[in-house]
Amino acid sequence: MMNNKKILLSGNEAIARGAIQAGCGFYAGYPITPQNELIGYMSNHLRDSGGVFIQAESELAAINMVYGAAASGARAMTSSSSPGISLMQEGISYIAGSALPAVIVNIMRGGPGLGNIAPAQSDYFQATRGGGHGDYRLIVLAPDSVQEAYDLTREAFYLSDKYRVPAMILGDGVLGQMMEPVELSVKKAKMGDKSGWCLSGCQGRQPHVVKSFFLREGELEKFNLKLQKVYRRIEEKEARCEEMFLAGAEIILVAYGTMARIAKSVIMRLRNEGKKIGLIRPVSLWPFPREAFRAAGRNTEYLVLEMSYGQMLEDVRLAVAGRRKIEFLGRSGGGILSEGEIIDKIRSLIRKPGGRK
Amino acid sequence: MAKVVIDRDKCKGCFLCVSFCPKGIIKKSARLNKKGLNFVEVDPKGSCAGCLQCAVICPDCCIEIYK
Amino acid sequence: MHKVFSVPDPLRKTPTHYCPGCGHGIAHRLVAEVIQDLGIRGKTIAVAPVGCAVVAYDYWKFDCSEAPHGRALAVATAIKRMQPEKIVFTYQGDGDLAAIGTNETIHAANRGENLSVVFINNAIYGMTGGQLAPTTLLGQKTSTSAAGRDKKLHGYPLKISEMLALLPGVCYLERVSLHNPGEVLKAKSAIRRAFQNQLEGLGFSLVEVLSPCPTYWGLSPREALDWIRDVMQKEFPLGRIK
Repeated sequence: MMNNKKILLSGNEAIARGAIQAGCGFYAGYPITPQNELIGYMSNHLRDSGGVFIQAESELAAINMVYGAAASGARAMTSSSSPGISLMQEGISYIAGSALPAVIVNIMRGGPGLGNIAPAQSDYFQATRGGGHGDYRLIVLAPDSVQEAYDLTREAFYLSDKYRVPAMILGDGVLGQMMEPVELSVKKAKMGDKSGWCLSGCQGRQPHVVKSFFLREGELEKFNLKLQKVYRRIEEKEARCEEMFLAGAEIILVAYGTMARIAKSVIMRLRNEGKKIGLIRPVSLWPFPREAFRAAGRNTEYLVLEMSYGQMLEDVRLAVAGRRKIEFLGRSGGGILSEGEIIDKIRSLIRKPGGRK
Repeated sequence: MAKVVIDRDKCKGCFLCVSFCPKGIIKKSARLNKKGLNFVEVDPKGSCAGCLQCAVICPDCCIEIYK
Repeated sequence: MHKVFSVPDPLRKTPTHYCPGCGHGIAHRLVAEVIQDLGIRGKTIAVAPVGCAVVAYDYWKFDCSEAPHGRALAVATAIKRMQPEKIVFTYQGDGDLAAIGTNETIHAANRGENLSVVFINNAIYGMTGGQLAPTTLLGQKTSTSAAGRDKKLHGYPLKISEMLALLPGVCYLERVSLHNPGEVLKAKSAIRRAFQNQLEGLGFSLVEVLSPCPTYWGLSPREALDWIRDVMQKEFPLGRIK
């Protein structure tokens, strides 16, 4: 491990390097801020490892190129930011409907509409509910550091291949742009065997068809049931989160990605004052780490923090199922909650009548 | 002389072969196929020149030709 | 006696879902014949459209991919780039290639992707019930232009092949027709040329096929062919465009 060198990278570059390390053989994208370092890195380096890079004419074309590359059996990826990801929803639905593995990176910015280029977390619903038409899910991983951006990108390729379900890396402008030291992996990527279904020409075998169209009566329902089975398996096996100071915590902060970094600073400050504050940081947003919410003590209260007006909040409510009180604090559209704002909110919770001292 | 063989159950009765046969030996049948359509049949007394026009224009690949 | 004409091996014997007299059946067969003649079935990958030919893969016996409506050339671009040794073609209708997919069409052509395109122009949306297509002729009645295509309301029939001729990445463009057996044979030669170009690595080739849609033209199958001959090919002249 000591041989692995640490280098300074932006989140966007770390994702690109993680992808190449994971054996990504194809990337197509369209420029959009704040993820341009990612497409830039891919354009300069993917070819070195034998991969194919295409700057597409639109996000629609990019995601459909990913479809074609994935159908060819390659590890394929695209990246964009919120408005571009909206355009990609058609292709993402088709990728899910054709049981193709692919990795989609969303470095979120403010919305709705063209919004702005400031960081935000307001695409949580779109990412975790499918986003396009039909009953499907993406595996959604949300790093909170540049190192984790690198590691989770590799994990996203692995999980996507394993389940033949598209995976998304959900970050935001802060994570994409900030620089941190990253320890690079030297492990060679393990590539699965896709020869049983990919399109490679039917020499010596029956033809393969990659499609999401099931017209005959009952066929589509059968396919959907199969997908649902896969999704249940993913929910059972792949939920992940980081937990801090949960034992005895009176208030548990719930935050992911950039917001979780701020939450961690808050926790350190308040714990120094003796306050019993813990953290649940969902790392997989889908599957949502519901189990982490079962251990809380009887008097525990949750405070959900987001760079949105309450999207992950709904998953927390579902996980807590009315057993505990849940408070929310969020800003979006370019605003990021400060440590001070969060601390004020926590103090108000502690002080309020019937609350803890 | 060539021989035209028609897969009557695949025939959808578009009659393009009938209209292009230069010898006029393909005819609409009075009978119905499995689809319930009037298929085409070859006049057994007709003489086929083997020009392939019927097969080339057939949208449903119902026609085989032997020489 | 020996067989001089039969179903080509890359075409399944399954009956198609197409209407009587529809040109898709002929075009599917021509593609299959070309693939058989060139001996490339084992290394061919097709990208099917959304439109009447959406289930073309049920009729062809080689690897096929679906693509969202209009995106066939984006999908095909990636398949070919990942597997340059394979023969990759798209089969698309006028709505797919020249309306919703115009962007993908122009840019794949402009990149000079080494692909072959079979473009079925029947001047109508067949799958959805006979609506106005980008290629619908002026005055042609459709279910969304009941009084006929009016240039003031709907613009003009889009000549995408002529537009593509401007692009240096395009190596071959030809417009053919299925309106009689002689023209069908010419169409086959053009499709073969488009595939041959790809085998030789020459770049983007597209064959536009004027194809009958008797159902939504409101004509008998034979009248539909004659309409191509007498009316449609005046707007879309046959022959080599590039």
